[in-house]
Amino acid sequence: MPELTTEVERLSLIIEIGSMPVRVHTTDPAFLSLLRERYDGFVTSSERGEAEIDFDIELIPSRFADPEAILRVTQHRGRWTLERGDFRAEWEPASRRGSIRQTANPYSIDAVLRIVHTLVLARQGGFLLHSASAIRNGKAFLFAGVSEAGKTTISRLAPPDATLLTDEISYVREQDAGYIAYGTPFTGELAKLGENVSAPIAALYLLAKGAENRIDPIPPAEAARSLLANLLFFAEDEELVQATFHSAFEFVSRVPVSRLTFVPDARVWELIG
Amino acid sequence: MSRLYMARNPKVAARSLDGEMMIMSGRDSTLFTLNKTATILWQSADGTTPLDEIVDRRICTEFEVEPTEALRDAETLARELASHEILQLSEEPIPPHSTVAGESRAGESK
Repeated sequence: MPELTTEVERLSLIIEIGSMPVRVHTTDPAFLSLLRERYDGFVTSSERGEAEIDFDIELIPSRFADPEAILRVTQHRGRWTLERGDFRAEWEPASRRGSIRQTANPYSIDAVLRIVHTLVLARQGGFLLHSASAIRNGKAFLFAGVSEAGKTTISRLAPPDATLLTDEISYVREQDAGYIAYGTPFTGELAKLGENVSAPIAALYLLAKGAENRIDPIPPAEAARSLLANLLFFAEDEELVQATFHSAFEFVSRVPVSRLTFVPDARVWELIG
Repeated sequence: MSRLYMARNPKVAARSLDGEMMIMSGRDSTLFTLNKTATILWQSADGTTPLDEIVDRRICTEFEVEPTEALRDAETLARELASHEILQLSEEPIPPHSTVAGESRAGESK
């Protein structure tokens, strides 16, 4: 009698960002290859051991995707639901398991990973920040600003002895009395993945383009406001909003925040490090 | 004349830094920076002290302003803060239990 079912091979890999391993499972070898390429430098073997979260990915035909739909991140009875036109994901922190239903593209899972990391970090005093970041002389420097503020420019101007962590979204984790910045695969215009390394954060610079290169101190309240304005946070969750709000104030109380005015010229890096 | 009572909404996060009171809505993450008068209202919003007393004790002593005008302006401001769900307003004293959750952090000042 012929077999009525066939076992489908389950393929996995671990995407480790900010020292948080997330294992993803798919049955599609081509999609696995796409992920391996997309997260090059952040992928480790799925045999590596325990993951913080295991996501099963179900690929759906692209005709069901509506990229214009609004993102919603909600929690009900310990289960998070992440929805946008091109994906729907669920995640239960208690069981460390989740599922992602999406089309075969790297952008949907990228959004899911960003959201999940912000949710995890929010409970740990960390956050994702709209900023470029780089390591120089063993210290990490963050360069925050909205679109067009100069994140990509400052990244492009980085000297050879600087290690780029990201040109778009920085990963900040609280550790001991300070903060650590990690490299991320989340890219901006530079379209270059950050290095998967980390270092203690020495300073946060708020970027401004100007006629000269200079660093100016800014009042703590303005620092906090600017930091809050550049935080990535997606969840409709009062507890996590409050936690992230207080994390921003903790950060500015421990890390020097200044305004970095610069001309698009590599000499700006003489002020950094 | 009815009196107005105010309590802090426990669902917002608040911090005072460098003399500036900043408040973030837990509902939609909107950030508010309060002016001096709004900060006084926020700090005094204990649910049991009526607004006219707060105006009398805190606002009229801080600013050179006529009490009736100060009360009218304070009520307008309190209603605006309530419209953003920063304050809860009532014509009766507001029991403490309705402001307990998150109060220690919401009222925190560093």
